[in-house]
Amino acid sequence: MKVTEIRNGNGAAGNGSGNGSLNGRGLALVPRTEVKQTLKDFKSDQEVRWCPGCGDYAILAAVQSFLPELGLKRENIVFVSGIGCSSRFPYYLNTYGIHSIHGRAPAIATGLAASRPDLSVWVITGDGDALSIGGNHLIHALRRNVNLNILLFNNRIYGLTKGQYSPTSEIGKITKSTPMGSLDKPFNPISLALGAEAGFVARTIDSDRKHLQGVLREAAAHRGASLVEIYQNCNIFNDNAFEALKDPATRDEITVKLEHGQPIVFGTGDNEKAVRLSPTGGVEVVRRADVADSEILVHDVHNPDPSLAFALSRLDDPAFEHVPIGIFRSVDRPSYDQLLNEQLDTAIAAKGPGSLAGLLNSGDTWQIN
Amino acid sequence: MTKQVQQLDRVIIRFAGDSGDGMQLTGDRFTAETAQFGNDLSTLPNFPAEIRAPAGTLPGVSSFQLHFADHDILTPGDAPNVLVAMNPAALKANLADLPRGADIIANTDEFTKRNLSKVGYAGNPLEDDSLKEWRLHAVPLTSLTVKALEGFDVSKKDAERAKNMFALGLLSWLYNRPTEGTTAFLEAKFAAKPEIAKANIAAFQAGWNYGETTESFSVSYEVKPAALAPGVYRNISGNMALAYGLVAASVQAKLPLFLGSYPITPASDILHELSKHKAFGVRTFQAEDEIAGVGAALGASFGGSLGVTTTSGPGVALKAETVGLAVATELPLVIVDVQRAGPSTGMPTKTEQTDLLMAMFGRNGESPVPVLAPATPADCFDMAIEAARIALAYRTPVMLLSDGYLANGSEPWRIPDIAELPDISVEFATTPNGEDGTTFLPFQRDADTLARPWAVPGTPGLEHRIGGIEKADGSGNISYDPDNHDRMVHLRQAKIDGIDVPDLSVDDPTGDAKVLVLGWGSTYGPIAAGVRRARAAGHKVAQAHLRHLNPLPANTGQVLRAYDKVLLPEINLGQLAMLLRARFLVDVIGYNRVRGLPFKAAELATVIQEVIESD
Repeated sequence: MKVTEIRNGNGAAGNGSGNGSLNGRGLALVPRTEVKQTLKDFKSDQEVRWCPGCGDYAILAAVQSFLPELGLKRENIVFVSGIGCSSRFPYYLNTYGIHSIHGRAPAIATGLAASRPDLSVWVITGDGDALSIGGNHLIHALRRNVNLNILLFNNRIYGLTKGQYSPTSEIGKITKSTPMGSLDKPFNPISLALGAEAGFVARTIDSDRKHLQGVLREAAAHRGASLVEIYQNCNIFNDNAFEALKDPATRDEITVKLEHGQPIVFGTGDNEKAVRLSPTGGVEVVRRADVADSEILVHDVHNPDPSLAFALSRLDDPAFEHVPIGIFRSVDRPSYDQLLNEQLDTAIAAKGPGSLAGLLNSGDTWQIN
Repeated sequence: MTKQVQQLDRVIIRFAGDSGDGMQLTGDRFTAETAQFGNDLSTLPNFPAEIRAPAGTLPGVSSFQLHFADHDILTPGDAPNVLVAMNPAALKANLADLPRGADIIANTDEFTKRNLSKVGYAGNPLEDDSLKEWRLHAVPLTSLTVKALEGFDVSKKDAERAKNMFALGLLSWLYNRPTEGTTAFLEAKFAAKPEIAKANIAAFQAGWNYGETTESFSVSYEVKPAALAPGVYRNISGNMALAYGLVAASVQAKLPLFLGSYPITPASDILHELSKHKAFGVRTFQAEDEIAGVGAALGASFGGSLGVTTTSGPGVALKAETVGLAVATELPLVIVDVQRAGPSTGMPTKTEQTDLLMAMFGRNGESPVPVLAPATPADCFDMAIEAARIALAYRTPVMLLSDGYLANGSEPWRIPDIAELPDISVEFATTPNGEDGTTFLPFQRDADTLARPWAVPGTPGLEHRIGGIEKADGSGNISYDPDNHDRMVHLRQAKIDGIDVPDLSVDDPTGDAKVLVLGWGSTYGPIAAGVRRARAAGHKVAQAHLRHLNPLPANTGQVLRAYDKVLLPEINLGQLAMLLRARFLVDVIGYNRVRGLPFKAAELATVIQEVIESD
């Protein structure tokens, strides 16, 4: 690694020849490898120390088996995490990694991604880490559109501190710190991210590897900030929090699968439902049989106006009546590192590369002999 | 009419007015003229934290003091010889600092009944006898300016606003300053508004002419150029020197500079300055908060940049946890603390040395950090490079303690030859360092420096994970082993203790002084000036100044023990004194005043004399 490669980030592109969307905008600057990679290449030699049965195992396995698909040089991938159970994730991946401090991973990753456009930078965080102590950094990373893939493991509980309610816990949650029930209304991470006008926002679930990997694929291909909420089961302190989405008896009735270009319909048989615009300016769920096809909302992830995506995110309020899963929004705009490095290039084009002697001797000077 | 010209060896001028009167600009211009003329100089701006405090009130007074001389000087001066008072508030706020016999130039137009009563004057001090012990020059600066600008295509308001240039012209005549620089400056500043430029230049010229013709000023003064060492000079403030030092450090390290910062007085000017230098590959990131500023800097360091964050005390408090992470991950990082008066918000525009113990110890766990402090505004340049050198060579966060006085004060600076600057470049790790030839051990240390290898992402074969959890010595894997933790705590401390810093040098001209005056940081100028006065009065006294506070120079204990008494003036309640007493068991005598202002030379000369004469 030479300094010039770090300095002239926009020039340090990978060879980027075509392999579908993966070679597109998101990873175009990250060097690729011709060597075939497997899951094993991304396993570190460290013993995984989550509780047996934790949803994190499934996510780790999904990520490890997904990364080879990207075809990136392993040394150009970095995982940055904060504090919490999920934040141990980087130790288990054989890439570069920083396990940092509580809530600050997006800030640390911002400095890394802004100065190194040749890296694929992933932030691993949880509901407490990202939405409580680190809420400020999260929203600012999203609005700046820093080139990061942020995976938010949402288990709706504090696990590592042994079971206090989190900013995504439902009102009335009985925990060690809330014996009479929690009082505060939870954040909906998708609504929050859309409110910050994140370019890529999606939700997936630990138990559905195929869906999870599909979302990761799109997140990686997106250049700029991607927020992926992953429902993750904490079998010790909040077991079965997402059971309704997994139980064959209920899952099809409440899961609203969002697919770009498709009418938003879900449920089965007589219970089939559809989503349409509501008279109040949001969206509403109606019986499929009661609406004409033309009334059904067709999902458009590329809609530049985030209002509809936000309205869809509100379908989950009250929680778990209807839960949209999939990509809410995927809109391109220049990423922060790209704009920053363009300013460097512009300055160099206008003034030439900086001359230290010229700088120090600028302004009013005088000579003493 | 030719007036008499009188020679002086030094002069102290204070420009004082309302926050909106342009006193800082006037002071800056007079300073530039004075620098151009070749005097040695030192400046002290003093302004309220409020951008526009209520007009005409005492809290709204802004001032700029300039000391210039035909010899080398060390401070902005204790007491002004001349006070320019643009309104009653400026007179009232500054009169106590003015010795009897000094000149007062007062803008009579602003001494209205209303303005006088705003600051509690019952009568007009320009018209009663209350100022008879000073030499009062009552000048209607505003109306003379407006009159001089009749016929110019500017509004009455713009004409009135040019009164500071009239005052500058008058003072420029009084002290025979060159004027071309100011004319050129005004032309450039108002290039987009040529009528305003012309009006300001005319006001400036009118002020000069007024001095030449009025009977109020019978003599003008001349202060000959000082005999400074040969070289090319410029005037420079501490914040500017610090910013230039960081750019120079980046060039000399051959690494791109990444600044993560959040606006805070009095440090913001460093962010402003660095944001202009993108052609050097400097990336400036205005973060959402202080924590993100240092976090982003640390992330950039992990990626192979020279990561820097700039702030003041309240920001350092917020950054503490991330600095601890930098200690644990052993990554280079420079934290610039431009200290200001505390606690809490304190007095944002006033100076203090009260963050030393926070810089040393303000983190959880055993978390040693090197601490440096520049001695003068120009020294900020060298110490910024030194901070980067230590951070890079030892892979450690470094605290650089400037302060409000250094930040905004200025002095002539001999511009260094680039070839004189140290090479501070370091090597990234490129190959595995394990015995098997394939393993990478991110915490296997260099035998000399105890620094760990710096392997940046993008380097094949060196993929590794670091973090805030305790690491096994060598491998860097998570470790809760008691003996390993004990070893790592000692290794981190030993690395900092072993940093190579220059010896403390002592200025003891007679070689047999019994009293040593020790200082650190921005007190250098006032202490040296106080020592000079004490010596001129026949006293023997030695002086030494610490720029490296952690680790201390190896000979510090030896120096302290070589004197019967050690006097340590600090603008705090004895923070360095506490460290030195604990470390060396030397009975350091503190002199501690925390007024938000630098010490005065006369004040320290008295203290030095008292210590020498006491038993």
